[in-house]
Amino acid sequence: MSYDYSKYLRKGKIPHIWCPGCGYGIIMKSMIRAIDSIGWEKDDVVMTSGIGCASRLPGYVDFNTLHTTHGRSLAFATGVKVANPKLNVIAMGGDGDMTAIGGNHFIHACRRNINITCFVFNNFIYGMTGGQYSPTTPKGSRATTAPFGNSDNQFDIAQLAIGAGATFVARTTTYHAVPMEKLMKQAFEHKGFSIVEIIAGCPTGYGRKNKLASPAGMIEWQKEHSVAIAQWEKMSEEEKAGKFPIGVLHDVEKPEYVEAYDANVGLS
Amino acid sequence: MAKAEKIEIYVNLCKGCEICVELCPVDALEMKDFKAAVKDLDKCIACMQCELRCPDFAIEVYKK
Amino acid sequence: MAKQVKFLQGNEAVCEGALYAGCRFYAGYPITPSTEVAEILAARLPKLGGRFIQMEDELAAMAATLGGSIAGKKSLTATSGPGMSLKMENLGYGYLTEIPCVIVNVMRGGPSTGLPTGPGQSDVMQARWGTHGDHPCIALTPSTVQEQLNETVRAFNLAEKYRMPVILLTDEIIGHMREAVEMPEPGDLTVIDRKRPTCDPKDYLPYKPEADGVAPMADFGSGYRYHITGLNHLPDGFPSNDGKLAQADEIRQQKKVDDHYDEIVVVDEMMCDDAEILIFAFGSTARSAKEAVQMARAEGIKVGLFRPLTIWPFPDKHLLKYKGKVKRVIVPEMNLGQTALEVERVLKGSPEVEGIFQIDSEPINPITILNKIKGGK
Ligand code: SF4
Ligand code: SF4
Repeated sequence: MSYDYSKYLRKGKIPHIWCPGCGYGIIMKSMIRAIDSIGWEKDDVVMTSGIGCASRLPGYVDFNTLHTTHGRSLAFATGVKVANPKLNVIAMGGDGDMTAIGGNHFIHACRRNINITCFVFNNFIYGMTGGQYSPTTPKGSRATTAPFGNSDNQFDIAQLAIGAGATFVARTTTYHAVPMEKLMKQAFEHKGFSIVEIIAGCPTGYGRKNKLASPAGMIEWQKEHSVAIAQWEKMSEEEKAGKFPIGVLHDVEKPEYVEAYDANVGLS
Repeated sequence: MAKAEKIEIYVNLCKGCEICVELCPVDALEMKDFKAAVKDLDKCIACMQCELRCPDFAIEVYKK
Repeated sequence: MAKQVKFLQGNEAVCEGALYAGCRFYAGYPITPSTEVAEILAARLPKLGGRFIQMEDELAAMAATLGGSIAGKKSLTATSGPGMSLKMENLGYGYLTEIPCVIVNVMRGGPSTGLPTGPGQSDVMQARWGTHGDHPCIALTPSTVQEQLNETVRAFNLAEKYRMPVILLTDEIIGHMREAVEMPEPGDLTVIDRKRPTCDPKDYLPYKPEADGVAPMADFGSGYRYHITGLNHLPDGFPSNDGKLAQADEIRQQKKVDDHYDEIVVVDEMMCDDAEILIFAFGSTARSAKEAVQMARAEGIKVGLFRPLTIWPFPDKHLLKYKGKVKRVIVPEMNLGQTALEVERVLKGSPEVEGIFQIDSEPINPITILNKIKGGK
């Protein structure tokens, strides 16, 4: 055994509700290791989530956990953080939760640069409701609401975050379980709004509909289609086609929201 | 090459997704009755890939 | 010692009440005619160690308000019709998860953008039933600027005591009028803080009610780690699909309000003892009604004013005293008969309810009410 998760898991809550082969269990494990490695006290960690498969995560882990309404993870998280900035706040949600119904909260949390870490679990689909297309479903992919293939254009979540003003933006996949842990830790250490987009497989809602391989095949797909950012930057446009960069995509310093507010209004 | 002393598979937690079996680089695992099982402990190189990527906390590898 | 008297605007008085009650967090979104509440608290809160945030929309404002309360701060948000409609989603979350906070709705005309700068009283049923699902509801309806202050304090007290969102249902007229207000000194008004757990964190069950039907609530970060979810949940806070348990819990929540009717419901009954005609009026309309009653009394007409300061739960018990006793009941309101329906429900035809319903963005004139009193059925 390389790591004992039991310290952070709530007793009697595992097995989780995720389908066989769902990547979210892998993310949960990396997240636990990242929190352990940064050494935060469990009492000081607040986790918020919205609605959807990803948003069930906080129920399994032994922190102060807040499973909110659809898309509102970051809005609740902002209230918690502004009311008590000492808490380490982690907000999470899926691609639909964070960038469709919660899109407004997402861009404004980025803009404020509030010291919250946000994890977006991107599995290209609405899983909980059975596989409808989301803002990240690839064009042409099938979904229960796109029986002829998806006509929509996609959000690039990381680029959206950078454009909206997030100061730390990273992307990883469930293939990269250990690098994911390291990126999460970096995101925790970053002062300001940090985002890690995690590409994950939904074998049930997305995989089946699109005749993708097994859960392991989806993980292999992530390995084959992701490119480390350093290498990505040297690639031609043709080489980039169909692939996506992973690693730290953006890391800058800007005044943190609550600190700036406090300084501005004379609160120390 | 590292070796494993034992591989613990919790069948009550295993959802039979086959991630561990398919991602094992040395084919040390197999599926049995829709659950993961150890095929050949001697082959295991204790790379921990299975444990790391099992979404369900269902497999633990103990290094020698 | 004589009390300090200030000449305050209604929305300003809400802020004074909130700060007096210990509010230290405000999350809002600008909307007429409630915006002064945000503007004033943006300036005042930091001086008392509190924080203000203007969120990206009304949904976020309601969410952040609840988040602030979960982190342990008494939290406020203020809005009006269209904003209230948007707040409904997370207000429902606040009910199900039993998170105290106060929502001020400065009512204006509607639906939709409606008549943004004029008064209305059309959100009475929205306050009660606007979010989906069954839930308890407390909504207070002040009529004067002094009451804007006092009832805001009471709204916080009820929110904290019963661990639930409480609505201050005021309107544009009172929100924007200026009146002399006696400023309470510390200690003059009761200030209640939520029950917090004292047990060993290992034994803490965030939804296990005590005798009063209310469970102690721990602040996030205070050493009591627990789970909050908008799914129906068990006493330990974790979701359950058991419909029977969900029903029992919803009924328990409703009962925590119903069982405390006497503590929650406040009604000002003016000249009602010998009244043959009863005017049921709340909020700014009650001001006109009061004047009409005084004018009618001067003419020897036996009329009284029944003015609820608590509109939800509906003042059934108070109103029932007049069932079969008064000859007429008149309900003036700036909507098309929302509370009149409730009055009818309570009085069951004895007597029939007569309405004065007006949604033209103008206050209901005392003369209109007087004419109704004098005009007969
Ligand atoms: S990865 Fe885990 S759940 Fe999947 S088959 Fe292997 S042991 Fe079972
Ligand atoms: S530790 Fe590595 S070699 Fe051993 S069973 Fe797991 S994946 Fe295979």
